Amino acid sequence: MSNPLVRKIVLALAAPVVAGVFAIIISAIILELSGSDSIQTFQTVLENGAKLETFIDTLNRATPLYLSAVAAAIGFRMNIFNIGVEGQYILAAFVAAVVGSRIDLPGPLHVLVIVLTAMLVGAAFSGLAGLMNITRGVNVVISTIMLNFVATGGIVAALLPRVIEDPTAANQGTPTIAESGRIPNLNGIVEVFTREIGKGRELTGVLMFAVLAGIAFHVVLNRTRLGFDIRASGKNPVAARVGGVPPKRMVMYAMLATGASAGLVGMPEILSDNNAYDQGFIQGLGFAGIAIALLGRNSAGGMVFAALLFGFLDSSSAVLQVRASASSEIVVIMQATFLLAAVVAYEVINRIRQRDEVSRAAQMAGVTS
Amino acid sequence: MKGGAGLVSGPAFVFPARLVSPSPASQERHVALSPAIELIGITKRFPGVIANDSVNLTVEEGEIHAICGENGAGKSTLMKILYGMQKADEGVMKVNGQEVSFSSPTEAIAQGIGMVHQHFMLADQMSVIENVILGSEPMKSAGRIDFEGAKARLAEVGAAYGLSVNPDDLVDSLEVGERQRVEIIKVLFRGARILILDEPTAVLVPQEVEELFKNLRELKQDGATILFIDHKLEEVLDISDSITVIRKGKTVATVKASDVTAGDLAELMVGSELPSPTTTEAVVGGDVALEVRNLTVLDEDERPAVNDVSVAVHKGEIVGVAGIEGNGQTELINAIIGIDQPASGQITLLGEDITSASVRHRREAGLGLVPQDRHSEGLLLDAPLWENAALGHQTKAPFAKGIWLDRPGARGRTAEIREEFDVRSPGVDVSARALSGGNQQKLIIGREMSAKPEVLIAAHPTRGIDVGAQADVWNDIRAARANGLATLLFSADLEELIGLSDTIVVMFHGRLVATLDPAEIDPRTLGSYMTGAALAETEGAA
Repeated sequence: MSNPLVRKIVLALAAPVVAGVFAIIISAIILELSGSDSIQTFQTVLENGAKLETFIDTLNRATPLYLSAVAAAIGFRMNIFNIGVEGQYILAAFVAAVVGSRIDLPGPLHVLVIVLTAMLVGAAFSGLAGLMNITRGVNVVISTIMLNFVATGGIVAALLPRVIEDPTAANQGTPTIAESGRIPNLNGIVEVFTREIGKGRELTGVLMFAVLAGIAFHVVLNRTRLGFDIRASGKNPVAARVGGVPPKRMVMYAMLATGASAGLVGMPEILSDNNAYDQGFIQGLGFAGIAIALLGRNSAGGMVFAALLFGFLDSSSAVLQVRASASSEIVVIMQATFLLAAVVAYEVINRIRQRDEVSRAAQMAGVTS
Repeated sequence: MKGGAGLVSGPAFVFPARLVSPSPASQERHVALSPAIELIGITKRFPGVIANDSVNLTVEEGEIHAICGENGAGKSTLMKILYGMQKADEGVMKVNGQEVSFSSPTEAIAQGIGMVHQHFMLADQMSVIENVILGSEPMKSAGRIDFEGAKARLAEVGAAYGLSVNPDDLVDSLEVGERQRVEIIKVLFRGARILILDEPTAVLVPQEVEELFKNLRELKQDGATILFIDHKLEEVLDISDSITVIRKGKTVATVKASDVTAGDLAELMVGSELPSPTTTEAVVGGDVALEVRNLTVLDEDERPAVNDVSVAVHKGEIVGVAGIEGNGQTELINAIIGIDQPASGQITLLGEDITSASVRHRREAGLGLVPQDRHSEGLLLDAPLWENAALGHQTKAPFAKGIWLDRPGARGRTAEIREEFDVRSPGVDVSARALSGGNQQKLIIGREMSAKPEVLIAAHPTRGIDVGAQADVWNDIRAARANGLATLLFSADLEELIGLSDTIVVMFHGRLVATLDPAEIDPRTLGSYMTGAALAETEGAA
């Protein structure tokens, strides 16, 4: 009785552990080859990681990564490879920043309008790719890649100069959003459990949105009929269709939900860090989200760990840069090897699991395997 | 061979001595020559199925020999064994009198055997000559390909066998018939003297078929031996010298094309001893549950795949649809369940017009489906059993409560299905992939039956499952019929069709060509309708 259970737990933990060890070994080899002291580098990372401020920084970095991963995962669960989160979040953040700076509303309402604007813009832009797919059969991969350029290089690049407040400023962007349109930080909640957080570190309130998005993602997907239809379409579109799942409508639902979630990705910057969209607006979160969704196996819980891991490594990268003990690019290498090793390990574990199941089922059926 | 009785009407039939060839048939002609191919007792088993059951086949050198049989009769498996793509479990293969054993097509090619697949294996963006030499490029010094030499040989081969192709044409620019010619030349180029053609006419239009046959006759004159797989009887009679009929993995007979009519062949394909109907107490007389009226469904080329089909199924009735696959059955099923939109006609379910209703609406209105391919259409292989049991019924209790998925309810129902329909599995949480084919099928039957449908579309409900599971499935369908279920049964298994159906309709070229009573059915009639021989004979008479 306990033996299969133990086996189950071991199998569940094996993939991430193996991937982690592998990533550390590869990074160590590369560090040594490039002339850095690998032990010292890891020591620096760990020492820094033990600090409360690093923890806050990790959470701040993980928040948009997680939202981006959720956005990507919605599509992945349906076998739709929507890689347009990048364009969707940038466009959404831009429009939300413009709208937010031009209205004046009481506190929570102001924030709500900004957030809803971002979600709507993201959903509409993503829905465009969905619409092209169901009416004209345009491949989502192709359309979303191209729409990324339309969003960033086209719409935002064309409109940003028209809304710039101060043409002489170093970093040109939209007017700053008023105090009422900013989300309070969560330092107070953390400090209940810990010491006071060092100056300049603020835990973004957008973290709450990420938590809510994760819960919604999990509940809708696993507990509702709609979620069942989405998962069925992803696992076998033909069987789902025969089983009454309307394929086109499911594509639209998935694309709209992806876009709405993508709309939240840029919110930490707009609602807590910068309170504006400027030329230095953070790019690349959409693609990083794909990696995190992959690492977290498109599950709400798995992606939490993946986002925290990537957030932590990103945070370490800054420290390595400051201490100059090793090139900060080692972090990117670690992320990549981790991802690659994890994907391979998952597949191997999956096969072991399937073999286990088949042999158990065969025993039940009285067939010798 | 016990089937001689039904064949007395065939002209020039002498049973069994000459037709059946359990012993090498070399005493007739070519006394001294050994046959080009000789297969003795070839047996190939897959889990739960015997694809070939001690098949014997003798192909004389320089003849066109057709292999005839329904889909699933074992023709393709036999050819794959001969071409080295699969290994036989038992039996002896001889090529030109020498015993051989192939573990890959390369070895078969070395023995002069070449195969032209039904689906062409050509690189569209390369020229004819590049395709022909692909994989066995003649080399000059310094690793350069000898295109001139290859072209010269291609011209030689083309002239020798009367096949003309332009070596510099891009394959992409060729018509289907020309591509097939490239495939044939490719095989000849590699020195094949024995050609296997797998349903070569399936992709061709009539003029191209004529062209192909002209080429094949020339090939034969030049000494090539041709094995030709087909189930279109007129074509087979037209082109071949000898015909071997395979049914349910066994060789039924080898006959001379000149000695038989299409009707004789049809009878051999269907079998001369039909099972007797076993469905008892006909309770037909209930209301019409499913009615299809003048239904026409167009395929991708805008040709009617289903042509003006009308059929009605009453409560408590099983209507069997007989027919060789590819005659519009799939399109008819898809139109009834709502996957394909018909071009014209009407479908009524319990009096409600559902012609343009969604799949989900039809399912909720009481339409059940056992799909023809359980893996691609029936199951989520990587999902647990309880999710598979919910598929198609996820909007209703016990699988759903409002917008929520009712997991305990779904698992409970799955446990019931597992119990009642004897699905052997460790639990309801294993993935469907872990189950054997028979248990997967029982899960599908159980899921459809336990939803208490009004009408069931059952497509090949026992294909590829073992005898025990088959009997279970048949009993389930009979029990549901007794409770008033209307069933439209599509099957290639005549035992199943005749054993279960109250009425049998025959589908051929998209039309329903006959309505037969399973109690009075005779193999010759059934076979003639299924293969179109009946139509050809009436047209010939007219």
